[in-house]
Amino acid sequence: MAPMLSVENLRVSFPTHRGRVEVVKGISFELGRERLGIVGESGSGKSMTGRAILKLIRKPGLVTADRLEFDGIDIRTQSEKQMRSIRGARISMVMQDPKFSLNPVMTVGEQIAEALVTHEKLSRREVDERILAMLEAVRINDPKRVAGLYPHEVSGGMGQRVMIAMMLIPEPELLIADEPTSALDVSVQAQVLDIIDDLVTRKGMGLILISHDLNLVSRYCDRILVMNAGTVVEECAAGQLDQAQHPYTRGLLAAMPTINENRDELPVLDRSQWAGT
Amino acid sequence: MSAIRLDNLDISYGDTKVVHGVSLDIAEGESFALVGESGSGKSTILRAIAGLAPEWTGQIEVLGAPRSHGVDRTVARQVQMVFQDPYGSLHPRKTIDATLSEPLTIHGIGDRDARVEQVLTQVGLDRRFRFRFPHQLSGGQRQRVAIARALMLEPKVLLLDEPTSALDVSVQAEILNLLKRLRAEQGLTYLVVTHNLPVVSFLCDRLAVMRHGRIVEVADVAQLKHGALVEPYSQELLAATEGRVTA
Repeated sequence: MAPMLSVENLRVSFPTHRGRVEVVKGISFELGRERLGIVGESGSGKSMTGRAILKLIRKPGLVTADRLEFDGIDIRTQSEKQMRSIRGARISMVMQDPKFSLNPVMTVGEQIAEALVTHEKLSRREVDERILAMLEAVRINDPKRVAGLYPHEVSGGMGQRVMIAMMLIPEPELLIADEPTSALDVSVQAQVLDIIDDLVTRKGMGLILISHDLNLVSRYCDRILVMNAGTVVEECAAGQLDQAQHPYTRGLLAAMPTINENRDELPVLDRSQWAGT
Repeated sequence: MSAIRLDNLDISYGDTKVVHGVSLDIAEGESFALVGESGSGKSTILRAIAGLAPEWTGQIEVLGAPRSHGVDRTVARQVQMVFQDPYGSLHPRKTIDATLSEPLTIHGIGDRDARVEQVLTQVGLDRRFRFRFPHQLSGGQRQRVAIARALMLEPKVLLLDEPTSALDVSVQAEILNLLKRLRAEQGLTYLVVTHNLPVVSFLCDRLAVMRHGRIVEVADVAQLKHGALVEPYSQELLAATEGRVTA
């Protein structure tokens, strides 16, 4: 089977007063109906990779690639109008912080409805039914009440579930989740990721999970790309993360304290080993 | 002597009571953690000790002396707070030098130049950062500045509100090492709020698990390491973390 998404030599650059700076330096990967994790520190280019796939990088940012194909469609040549029919409907993205990504003056129900009716013609009743079913699917109790609430009236964890509902209601084939839980606390994090995981597996979607948390990614993905300074330094199966070879990956793993921590000092990445960002 | 003693502390914001009857005794030189989910009232306790949440009843004692409800200069010299978000806690239009000198000006302490240099060295920041603005620094560097600011008055107690949760894993390791070293060098007492149990395991001696504004359990960090927390809710928290670590 042909891969759903194939990326070859993807580069993203931005102009600065010292010339163009490349933040993604020629990365390539393929994605089928699987769960791919992209891990790296701030500034490693992981979010930019996610955005480039959706063509969300605006001028003066520049995206080039030898190949950027989604289901046979060449993303590079798509017009803005054509992209709008892909975004949301076929590829959608869950952003980091529900506080900043939901529209503060629309109720939760209205926002989810908007995501749906942009791509499908449905009667008001069907729309309502789909919204309530979707809110239930993301495990919101009392969906009728929540649909009438404004974003400031819901908690962070609930806001993130609302966003997931919004992103999944048009039933996309690929979901890009950019740090979907880093604004949430541990107990809620697991819940939200379980919901994403459950829906992705059940609907056979592809998932790109972008995060700086290696453990989290290894738990929810099949395959992991480790990024540093705009390049992929290591690719491995999620289960084999502990056998990672690259010093950067090893450094990230070692820097994390564990629940049974007996080290006096945590090893710190020696940034001089790699080109710094 | 205990560094901080809370006795039957209730804290409210307006009509809403968020902390109910909390009693704690933190010894001098100890590193104590408050853990729990968002909204469990752990940050509010820090804010009350720092004087930022004045609507409380009960007793707060700092180094043996009861704390008043208002702004208290003696307490400010003994207890300083480091906030969660280094992007939000530094004044964007003040240089690092101005931020660090301000507490000295307020408390009428001289020799500012030397003290600013000294504290920058302590937190491992190069001198060239002194006259920069926060936006010119990375998250980890800003958090170092925030810690330096808290150290300017040479306090005995540091209140740390999620000191590393806005940072990357690798930068988190640097800041955790820094905090551990500072505590050893200066004999500081830490009261740390976090929801990250591995951080507690690395940095703290004891912890209190909080839920819905009440303390559920106080435990030794050895208990945490061996998974021997007693209360079901503590076990739940532990399970949520362990699932991630062992996966």
